[in-house]
Amino acid sequence: MLRYAINRLLLMVPTLLGVAVLVFFMLRVVTGDVVEVKLRGDGGAVSQETIDMERKRLGLDKPLSAQFADWMVGVVTLDLGKSMWTDRPVVEEIGTRLELSMQVAIMATIVAVLIAIPLGAIAAVAQDSWIDRVVRIITIAGLAVPAFWLGMLIMIGLLAAFNWLPPITFTPLYVDPWANLSQLVWPAMAVGYRYAAVVARMVRSSLIEVMNEDYIRTARAKGVFERLILTRHALRNALLPAITVIGLEFAFLIGGLVVTEQVFNLNGIGKLFVQSVSRNDFTLIQGMVMLIAAIYVLVNLAVDLLYAVLDPRIRYT
Amino acid sequence: MIGHKTIATLAALAAGFAFAVGGAAAQAPKRGGSLTYAIGAETPHYDCHGSDTYATLQFASPFYSTLLQFDLTKYPAVKGDLAKSWTVAKDLMTYTFVLHDNVKFHDGSALTSADVKASYDRLRNPPAGVVSTRKATFGDIGSIETPDPTTVVFKMKSVNAAMIEHFASPWNCIYPAAVLAKDPNAPKTSIMGSGPFVFVEHVKGSHVAGRRNPNYFRQGLPHMDGFKGVFMLQAAAMLNSLQGGQVLAEFRGISPAERDRLVQAMGDKLRIEESSWTLNLMIVFNTEKKPFDDVRVRRALNMAIDRWGGSQGLARISTLRAVGGVVRPGSPFATPEAELAKLPGFGKDIKAAREEAKKLLREAGVPNLSLTLHNRNLAQPYTPAGVFITDQWRQIGVTVDHKQYDTAPYLAGMSSGNFDVAIDFSNLFMDEPSLGLAKYVSFDRAPENRSRIIDRDLDKYFDLQVSELDPKKRSEYIRAFEKRLFEQSYSVPLLWWHRIVPTHKVVMGWRMSPSHNLGQDLAEVWLNQ
Repeated sequence: MLRYAINRLLLMVPTLLGVAVLVFFMLRVVTGDVVEVKLRGDGGAVSQETIDMERKRLGLDKPLSAQFADWMVGVVTLDLGKSMWTDRPVVEEIGTRLELSMQVAIMATIVAVLIAIPLGAIAAVAQDSWIDRVVRIITIAGLAVPAFWLGMLIMIGLLAAFNWLPPITFTPLYVDPWANLSQLVWPAMAVGYRYAAVVARMVRSSLIEVMNEDYIRTARAKGVFERLILTRHALRNALLPAITVIGLEFAFLIGGLVVTEQVFNLNGIGKLFVQSVSRNDFTLIQGMVMLIAAIYVLVNLAVDLLYAVLDPRIRYT
Repeated sequence: MIGHKTIATLAALAAGFAFAVGGAAAQAPKRGGSLTYAIGAETPHYDCHGSDTYATLQFASPFYSTLLQFDLTKYPAVKGDLAKSWTVAKDLMTYTFVLHDNVKFHDGSALTSADVKASYDRLRNPPAGVVSTRKATFGDIGSIETPDPTTVVFKMKSVNAAMIEHFASPWNCIYPAAVLAKDPNAPKTSIMGSGPFVFVEHVKGSHVAGRRNPNYFRQGLPHMDGFKGVFMLQAAAMLNSLQGGQVLAEFRGISPAERDRLVQAMGDKLRIEESSWTLNLMIVFNTEKKPFDDVRVRRALNMAIDRWGGSQGLARISTLRAVGGVVRPGSPFATPEAELAKLPGFGKDIKAAREEAKKLLREAGVPNLSLTLHNRNLAQPYTPAGVFITDQWRQIGVTVDHKQYDTAPYLAGMSSGNFDVAIDFSNLFMDEPSLGLAKYVSFDRAPENRSRIIDRDLDKYFDLQVSELDPKKRSEYIRAFEKRLFEQSYSVPLLWWHRIVPTHKVVMGWRMSPSHNLGQDLAEVWLNQ
């Protein structure tokens, strides 16, 4: 298992290298010039000389291969360079937002898991009963309602009911847990509901399939209690596809909550991503793509390792 | 449509506002507290000299001082800020300012005439690599002398009738000469001012915060212990936060629909102040691109817009309202409505104007013209303006591809000439005509003229009005300028904005003005709680 984990970690290197090559060169194909947008984006008259000076300062006058080599040397030493727009280190720009985005993703995942697994299991056990139908309505509604819209409803509801809204600036959990949670619990719920709906549907269908397997029938024939069959034998196996979905959704949440972040005025990675793209801030985009690619790879690895924990038949060598 | 009930509520609120203002005048300001307010955009840098967006001013103004400033109790009169007194030579060729002698930057160093000179030198003649969007404005300054630490003398190359107002421009932040000498670009990334508040932090993407400057040179000010300006890019989030009390003000302006929502939800907790706005949207044709190099095409597109009808509809859903020429309607040099209606694009018989427009397009050989409209992706008022224009031009057979961009690429696209037709804006801080007209003079003199035209007739009328001290004669030159501009239709005003500012009633001492660039230093603001 340890060897497998190390191998997978080593495999991250060519994967991330591929991502690095793709994102670097694809960004250079996209039309638009960060220096023009930056200097002329204030609406003022800027001489070509000033633009050339800035281009030189940012290293954009060098050949592409040299720019790529510079950037790769930085990536290897965990120095992602400076934002071409703000001149602040990319690590700092991302770090300011990552804590918030990561916490929302973790809280939404907790909300989703707490709702989805019991709901999906109940629906599967009570297949085609009224309970199943109620769960189906809840989950389909969760899939149909965009998280940002639910977020808006939550905000309006809080205003109407309590004339209160969550804080608008981020306070880290270790500084003031109450202020932190009172800000982030609402977006976590808005996002977590949709997330829960996806996972609950997966748990239900997977559990229905598992409950019809031969080994479940055998367990029943041996007189094992139904609750034991469900929790010890069926659910562990049924959770395997659900865990894949949970992992993918978690990685998506890190950078994919653009609109929800705006509704709750959250200073997250999604907003930063959109801003950096609209400004052609190459170094920042590259840094964020690398971060999200790394998160995807690590989450996938964690999911694979979890498979082995849940299903003893799976052995990695 | 606003119902009778809403109008009654608004009237009651207006009365309440008058009372509140009267009350505020009688009440002594209270010390302490911290104001949290919304800023609708985040500044890309901190440098007032190189910026043209309110996002920079609403961020930086509390940290800086200027030589003069507008007196918002008597707008457009000016008053001293760093300048204790000033004299202007009769021939308007010399301006002498005497500074307060107790002014300190936030690091404790003294602010002297050398700092004023260094800042104005940077404004009028920026070193290589520094951007000053006010280079042209201060091009009339010949030299700056500093006979002693508290005296600055500006000697002019030519007369500029509006020079004293230009010295009150909120963009002319005074930076320390020592900082500029070390790194002329330092004000872009660091703040060292002498304003009422000391910079505390800028959490990127979140907020800016300041604390009271205990050594501020204006006695007894500021009243508040600090402030926090929260960047709220989404109008819905901003309105919710205003309603919920997380923010107590939004100083730029909201739309009538947003105002009505807040009024309905908050009742007498809210103060609404309204004013016409020294800001207009304009249509700009890139004259370097075909077929917009043809006056017939530009004129046809200008004439097809029903400004009078459109203003009524747009005023209900957006911050756009008044029909006007190049000078703000209602201000001293504005063109009277009867005269305006005789100019191309401003006639009241839209049916006839559109027939004429179709004829011009046919004559120009583009009866089925297709164009791309370059616009900003701000909901107010750019989106409704873009939709309106698209529809107006559709009615003469023109197909419009309406494209909206984030602020920076939007401005960069226009500045580099990478567009066909654009919705541009004229963001003024005063009604002085030379400021508003400057955007329309030839491209080689005013690079902010996005039509990229060279028209010496316009330049001639501009120069005549700048140095003309007789208001009647000056009006005539302005009318001539406007006639030439609209006949050629290089770039033409669409509609002027209407400013609506919501504040919680606990926010006192803030002054409304026709410009969202003014009164943002928060020195006199206090909280009645």
